[in-house]
Amino acid sequence: MGMRAWFFSENAYHLLPDPKEYDSIRVKLPNRYYDPKIGADLYHRFIDEWQIAEELGLEIMVNEHHQTATNLNPSAAVVMGALARDTRKARLLILGNPIANRREPVRVAEEMAMVDVYARGRLECGFVRGVPYEMSAGNHRPTRMMERFWEAHDLIVKAWTSHDGPFNWEGKYFHHRQVNIWPRPYQEPHPPIWITALSPTSARDVGEKGYVVACFLTGFEGTKNVFGSYRERRAELGLPAPALDRFAYAALVYVGETDEEGHAGARKLMWYLESNKVPPQFTSPPGYHPTASTVNAMKGANPGIFKMFQNPALGPLMENGLVFAGNPDSVYRQIMKMYDHVGGFGHLLIMGQAGFLDHEETVKGMQMFVREVYPRLKALA
Amino acid sequence: MVNNTSDSGWLTVRSVRLEILERGQGRPILWLHGEEGLDPGAPFLELLAAQGRVLAPSHPGFGRSPDVGSIDTVDDLSYLYLDLLAERNLRDVVVIGSSLGGWVAAEMAVKCSDRLGGLVLVAPLGIKVGDREARDIPDIFALPPDEVVRLQYRDPVRAAVDHTKLSDDQLTVIARNREATALYAWEPYFHNPKLRQWLHRITPPTLLLWGADDRFVTAAYYGAAYRSAIPGARFEMIDRAGHFPHLEEPVAFADRVRRFLGERRA
Repeated sequence: MGMRAWFFSENAYHLLPDPKEYDSIRVKLPNRYYDPKIGADLYHRFIDEWQIAEELGLEIMVNEHHQTATNLNPSAAVVMGALARDTRKARLLILGNPIANRREPVRVAEEMAMVDVYARGRLECGFVRGVPYEMSAGNHRPTRMMERFWEAHDLIVKAWTSHDGPFNWEGKYFHHRQVNIWPRPYQEPHPPIWITALSPTSARDVGEKGYVVACFLTGFEGTKNVFGSYRERRAELGLPAPALDRFAYAALVYVGETDEEGHAGARKLMWYLESNKVPPQFTSPPGYHPTASTVNAMKGANPGIFKMFQNPALGPLMENGLVFAGNPDSVYRQIMKMYDHVGGFGHLLIMGQAGFLDHEETVKGMQMFVREVYPRLKALA
Repeated sequence: MVNNTSDSGWLTVRSVRLEILERGQGRPILWLHGEEGLDPGAPFLELLAAQGRVLAPSHPGFGRSPDVGSIDTVDDLSYLYLDLLAERNLRDVVVIGSSLGGWVAAEMAVKCSDRLGGLVLVAPLGIKVGDREARDIPDIFALPPDEVVRLQYRDPVRAAVDHTKLSDDQLTVIARNREATALYAWEPYFHNPKLRQWLHRITPPTLLLWGADDRFVTAAYYGAAYRSAIPGARFEMIDRAGHFPHLEEPVAFADRVRRFLGERRA
């Protein structure tokens, strides 16, 4: 059925003060720098852009972050609630709910069921571990996160799929003695589940469950390792080989009429990486990264991908497959290079708006993609 | 840094495996390290070992002690070490704890002091002092690393560690110590909201030691609150020392402990 493309934007508040005035865009940038009147215009503009994406035939993706100017969706459920009402046919992906950081997984189950019913069964429900900066923002302990993540997941799925009255949950991390959500999800048995993975280890668990695994800006090798590990785990367990629709890749994408126009758009999208000024206490909370990576970081080594985030330049970002940009043929070639390198994927998550890329430019990038590139991706066998 | 590991060994307490340093002879002294972990080469350990039999475990997750899935609170640690004293059938034990380890020691003494002959709390954490908006203890997880060192040491320059000069094993210990600190102290942050109201249960003679230049938790604020919650506790300051006086002023620290123990014996 070919590749599906999803349009997403981080709903950033891009009007930042001089970087000399602050040491972190995450966690502690005072919200006096946020003007709610401008913020309201931005919210409506971004919702308009998602509606345009639907009209053009793209699917819709939203995410959430906390205490940061890079993303003004502290609740993905709220913005998706609005989109569920304002759209009719696009699939609606939340990628995702940071469930290791949530006090109440049952509340997540309720919100997701509600959005799914609103949307008459169009919700795709993602669960994410959350980036390291979310630890302080949410006061959540960075150690033993995946254990908490999977317990939250188990509780949510059980809440979605139990229809005969309350069940009891007294786990290691969550307690809830009378779980009986209303509404229940529209889709049976529940909305499709997506999970992001940055490492081959976490991809194994996702593969075992057969959910969609999504990679964000992980480049050629990182993505290949994650997808490979997913496939390997299924083979080890004797489970059916996964279809391409189990794999998603997210990149910054801008299609112009010429390479120059495409690159100019991509440079504006790079605001997201350029503005990500975050000090080490928020990028490396203890226990978030594996001990061995922490030791390497103490020695001054930086995993390649993070190095690229520190001094982002369009050339290296494109060479490494984090940005697909240029004229339609160029973008198609870049996407296919990634596709071939990682063994194929069924979903392209398009980060198509950031920073100073204005409404007209954002829409033009989408239109160019849909008209000139998407048909070729849809036609993939 | 690590030059004397011959007296380091392993101990199993109710199936929990602990790296433990044992040194000296005589009255048992249980040393409970804080966030900084245990450095077997630290001079204060040698000085303590001249006064008794020092038992210095690394808490689960710290040093080389394995992480234990069922142990994730200071409450767990306090029961673990009460079990250790019982398994060894130790009596008249002097329990000394620093910072996070002082919190563990206080929790032990509140629960059961049958085997305790004395308690030395070295700038202990573990209690809530101010109102809900008072940041009693600086947030080490949200401050720049340099600033944490500046708050915790009188002489931050001397305390600074050059990571590029350490082996992978040593760096791994530092990383594990930070991870384990987050495990035990993330939330509620370095305290048990209930502890202060039960500190009155501490019956063994208690000495509170505080670095005069502790900028992390000051003697005047945090130390005073601890002192007023433990009936009869003695409070002494150590000059020219920050939050870890046993590291910055080991001789003065060991001296205070010796005097305290001497009086107890008399």
